[in-house]
Amino acid sequence: MTATTAEPWSSAGKRGRPPGRGDSRAGRRKGNPFTYFVALLFIAVSIAPVLYIVIGGFRTNAQITASPAGLPHPWVVANYTGVLTSVTFWGELANSAVVAVASTLGIVVLGVMVSFVLARYDFKLKGAMYSLFAAGLMFPLVIAITPLYIVIKDLGLVDSLGGVIIPQIAFGLPTTVIILVPFLRAIPKEIEEAAAIDGTSRLGFFFRMVIPLSLPGVVTVGILAFIASWNNYVLPLYILNSQANYTLPLGVQMFSSEYSQDTAKVLAFTSLAMLPALVFFSIFQKRIVGGLTGAVKG
Amino acid sequence: MSDTLGTDTAPGRQSQGTSRVGGTATAVPPAPPRAAGRRRGRARMRFEIALLSGPAIFMFVAFVIFPVALAAYYGFFRWQGYGPATDWVGLNNYRLIFTDPAFQQVLWHNFLIAGLSLVIQGPLAIIIALLLNQKIRGRSIIRVLIFVPYVISEVIVGTGWSLMLQAGGALNDLLAHIGLGSLQQDWLADPKLAIWTLMAIISWKYIGFAVILMLAGLQSIPEEIYEAAQIDGASYWQMQRRITLPLLAPTIRIWGFLSIIGSLQLFDLVYIVWGQYVAGTAGTSTMAIYMVAQGRDAGNYGYGSAVAVVMFLISLIVALIYQRFVLRRDLRGAVTEGAV
Repeated sequence: MTATTAEPWSSAGKRGRPPGRGDSRAGRRKGNPFTYFVALLFIAVSIAPVLYIVIGGFRTNAQITASPAGLPHPWVVANYTGVLTSVTFWGELANSAVVAVASTLGIVVLGVMVSFVLARYDFKLKGAMYSLFAAGLMFPLVIAITPLYIVIKDLGLVDSLGGVIIPQIAFGLPTTVIILVPFLRAIPKEIEEAAAIDGTSRLGFFFRMVIPLSLPGVVTVGILAFIASWNNYVLPLYILNSQANYTLPLGVQMFSSEYSQDTAKVLAFTSLAMLPALVFFSIFQKRIVGGLTGAVKG
Repeated sequence: MSDTLGTDTAPGRQSQGTSRVGGTATAVPPAPPRAAGRRRGRARMRFEIALLSGPAIFMFVAFVIFPVALAAYYGFFRWQGYGPATDWVGLNNYRLIFTDPAFQQVLWHNFLIAGLSLVIQGPLAIIIALLLNQKIRGRSIIRVLIFVPYVISEVIVGTGWSLMLQAGGALNDLLAHIGLGSLQQDWLADPKLAIWTLMAIISWKYIGFAVILMLAGLQSIPEEIYEAAQIDGASYWQMQRRITLPLLAPTIRIWGFLSIIGSLQLFDLVYIVWGQYVAGTAGTSTMAIYMVAQGRDAGNYGYGSAVAVVMFLISLIVALIYQRFVLRRDLRGAVTEGAV
C-alpha cells in the first residue's frame, strides 16, 4: 500500500486519508501483461548487480575465474564465515553504527527544534532563516570537503569518529528542515489554541503535542539521515586515517584493494556491508516514500 | 511538568511558564498585566526562538557556511595544509585552474553527465512511473525493489560494477555465453566507451529515486480530472499528455534540479570504479575528483580550496539560473511564501 499523498502529516501518520485523495486512482486501469513485463524487466535490471554481489560471495575464486558470470557450484560459505569471524568487519560495523546513530540523533533533535520555530513562530528573520537552510540543499558535502577538512583538523578531530559525526549533523540539517517544516505546519492551529486555553506554554505545547504528533515526519527524516550516514564515503575518506576508525564504506574500499586477488572474499565482504542499510530500508520504506512526497509537495 | 492541564486559569499558568523557562536568562520582574505582559511575552518568544533554533543555526554556520568562507580565504594562498597561510598568490590559483586543460576537461564531463542524466533518466522515469501507477499486483514490493540501488552506498555499487565490467568480468562472460561475444568491450578503460559506462551506472543507481518522486507526484493528481476526461471521450495517451504531464511538471522540474546538482558534485562512483588516475585517462574524471587529486593528494590545500570555491560558484550559478528560469513558479510557494 502507499503512504504517498500530498499531506505528509495527515497521511503518513494515520491509516485514514483525506477524502478525494489516495489509492483509488491507482485503479484507473487494470494492469495488462505488458505492464507486468516492463515492471519485471525493470526490477531485474535493478536487482541483478546486487544479486551478482551476494551470489558471487558463495563462489570460490577458481569458479569466478573460470566462469565470471556463472552460478556457484558448489555453494561455499567459507567467504562469508571468513568475513563474519574477522575483527575488521565487526570493528568497522561498530564504527558505522556509532557514527550513524549519533548523526541521526543530532540531526533529528536539532532539526525538530529549528523546524518548530520555522513552522510555528512569527518573527522578522524567519524568511531569511528558511532560505538559509533551503540554500544549504544546493551545496552537498563534496563541495565543502576540502575546507571542512581544514576546520576539522584545526579542531583536532581528525581521525576520530566525532570529526565525521559533527559535519554530518550540519549537512543533514537542510533536508531535515525542508521535510519537517510542512509536517509541523500541518498540525492544526486549533490544537495549539486548545492547549493555550488549557494553559500550556508554547514550549509545553512543543514537548507534549508537537513531538508526538510529528513522529511520522521525524521517523522519515531519521531514516534518511541514518542511510545517508551509513553510505557516506567522502567525509570518512578525508577524516579517518587509521584502520581502527574506518567505517564500512572505507572498509569495503580498503578490503577490495587489499584482497584484489581474492574476488570472492571481496564480494562477501561487500554484500555483508550493504545488508544493514537494506534491512533498515525495507523495514521503513513506506516512511521514506511518504516523506519524499512531503518534501516535493511541501 | 506532570501537573494537571486545564485546572489552572490561563494567566496563572502563563506566568508560571515564564518563570520556569525564561527565568534564568531574562529575569523578568513581575509587572502589571497588559502592556508589560505583552512585552514580556515577546521577550519570552525571542528567548524560545533563540533556544530552539540556536543550536541548529550554530552547527550550520560553523560547519557549512564557515568552511566555504575559509576556502575563499585559503584559495588566495599557496598553502600545504599546516601552519598559517603566508604565501599569498592572489588570483594565481584561479588563473591556473581555468587555464588547466585537465580542469576544462572535467568541467565538460560534469556538464555532459548533468545533461545526459536529464535526457536519459527523465523520460524513462516518467514512463516507468506511469506504468507502475496502475493497479498491479505487488505494487509495494516493486517499489521497494526499484529503490534498492538508490539505498546501497556508492562504494558498494562501485565495487560490484567494477568487478562485473572488467575486461574479464561477468558482463563480457555473459555476452559470450549468449552468443554476443562480438559485443565484448573493455567497458571501463576504453576512453570512447567509459563515459557511457558511467552514464549506465549512474542511471541504474539513481533512476529509482526519480521513479519514486514521479510516482509521488502522480498520486497527488486528483482522480476527478481523469474521470471528467474519460466522460469526454479522451483516450489513455491523450489523458497522459494533456493532464498528467502538465500536472506532473512541478515534480519533474524539482527532480531536474536535484539531478543537476547531484551531477555537478559527482565523486564517489567515479573514484571507486575508476580511481583518480584511471578516471583521467578513461575520460570520466569530474571536478570533485580533480579537487581531491590536486588538493588533498598533492598536499596543495590552497589550490584545492580554490577548486572548491570554483565548484561552489559553478553550482551556485547553475542553481540560480535554474531557479530563475525553470523553478520560478514552483518556488513561489517554497521560498518566498515558505516562511509564512
